[in-house]
Amino acid sequence: MTSPEAPPSSTNEFIKGLWRENPVFVQVLGMCPVLAVSNTAMNALAMGLATAFVLLMSNVLVSLLRDFIPRQVRIASYILIIATFVTLVDYAIEAISLDLHKALGAFISLIVANCLILGRAEAFASKHGVGTAALDALGMGAGFTLALLCLGGVRELLGAGSLFGFAVFPGGFEPWIVMILPSGGFFTLAFWLIAIRIFERRRERRQTAEALQ
Amino acid sequence: MTESTSAFPMYRALVGIGVGCGLLIALVYMGTLPHIERQRAAALEQAVFAVLPGSASRQTFTLGETGGLLMDSASGGSRVHAGYDAAGAFVGVAIEAEGMGYADTIEILYGYVPADERIVGLRVLASKETPGLGDKIETDERYRANFTALDVRLDAAGEVLVNPIAVVKPGAKTEAWEIDGITGATISAQAVGNTVAASAARWLPVIRRNLETLAAEGQHDES
Repeated sequence: MTSPEAPPSSTNEFIKGLWRENPVFVQVLGMCPVLAVSNTAMNALAMGLATAFVLLMSNVLVSLLRDFIPRQVRIASYILIIATFVTLVDYAIEAISLDLHKALGAFISLIVANCLILGRAEAFASKHGVGTAALDALGMGAGFTLALLCLGGVRELLGAGSLFGFAVFPGGFEPWIVMILPSGGFFTLAFWLIAIRIFERRRERRQTAEALQ
Repeated sequence: MTESTSAFPMYRALVGIGVGCGLLIALVYMGTLPHIERQRAAALEQAVFAVLPGSASRQTFTLGETGGLLMDSASGGSRVHAGYDAAGAFVGVAIEAEGMGYADTIEILYGYVPADERIVGLRVLASKETPGLGDKIETDERYRANFTALDVRLDAAGEVLVNPIAVVKPGAKTEAWEIDGITGATISAQAVGNTVAASAARWLPVIRRNLETLAAEGQHDES
């Protein structure tokens, strides 16, 4: 079942998750971990990579098994597959770093409930070949990680005056504690959504102006 | 008959995926378990040595039914860890305790040196206190200094503290058994103080009664 893939279209499958269909900034999916564990850049990166791994593995497996899984039990099967990889990631993170595991807390297990992953399995992987599904997962995973880093970077910079734990501002900087608190997640997300919307609208306006000429 | 033929693929898919996933989880669990246990032991050891300056090895004990201390390395239940210096001499006891904080349970570990009858160090093992406010119990140097020489003398019978540990307003500490609170983290600071007070009242008499057991274990290890 390998569908012929021309290079431009496969690149497109990857790129769309980064920008045009970014899971956080455009689809606004999986907001729970996005808001909860983006308080530092390190937590954001770890959460993004963990989600991307689960997304890639479940997309590949769902795509491989798409003729084997009857339509009636597909959701149960997808959840089973996703939950398995989440458990594996949970063990792996705990084995790598206890501190990181403590910082991410229950949100690792909650990757199961991230609608981004089930969404990609249902809407994309179950209808496409393994290669395309893997590319889609890589793009979406990278887009999710990038968006989390955008939030985590800003929040850590303003909330703690550091980035990835390294102090950035000189000693006199008074951290904005609100940025590390849950409300800071909402503020930062709103700021990014506004910024991206303004950028997109300007681009659209420029494109229509060019088309008219 | 048509029903059974249409149901079979569903069973096949669910059971097949379930078995496959179960096997995968079991394999990864067995593969990562030694690493996870080593990390946990290392983290605990580091905390014990941090709250008991001078200690170089440790032995875990739990409270037996008859009031004696039992050697036990299994987790679960309330535990204390005796610390010994490089020569195997008994230094003190690191005691695990937990109490309700502002957000969630706060887990702490504090070091008690029976020879001086003082608490000489405290570490927060787990807490979900508010960042920037309640988490000052971990970061505020002045607050942490409360636990470098906290007076916890027992009375002559060895049953109760002569001076119960008390949390006072920030800067109001005048006695060696008082704990200075933190501005902006009143509840968290109070919670840690109360947890230490309750745990000390429970554990210190037990440790006093079992000093010989604790000290002997270090010598035993040495031989």
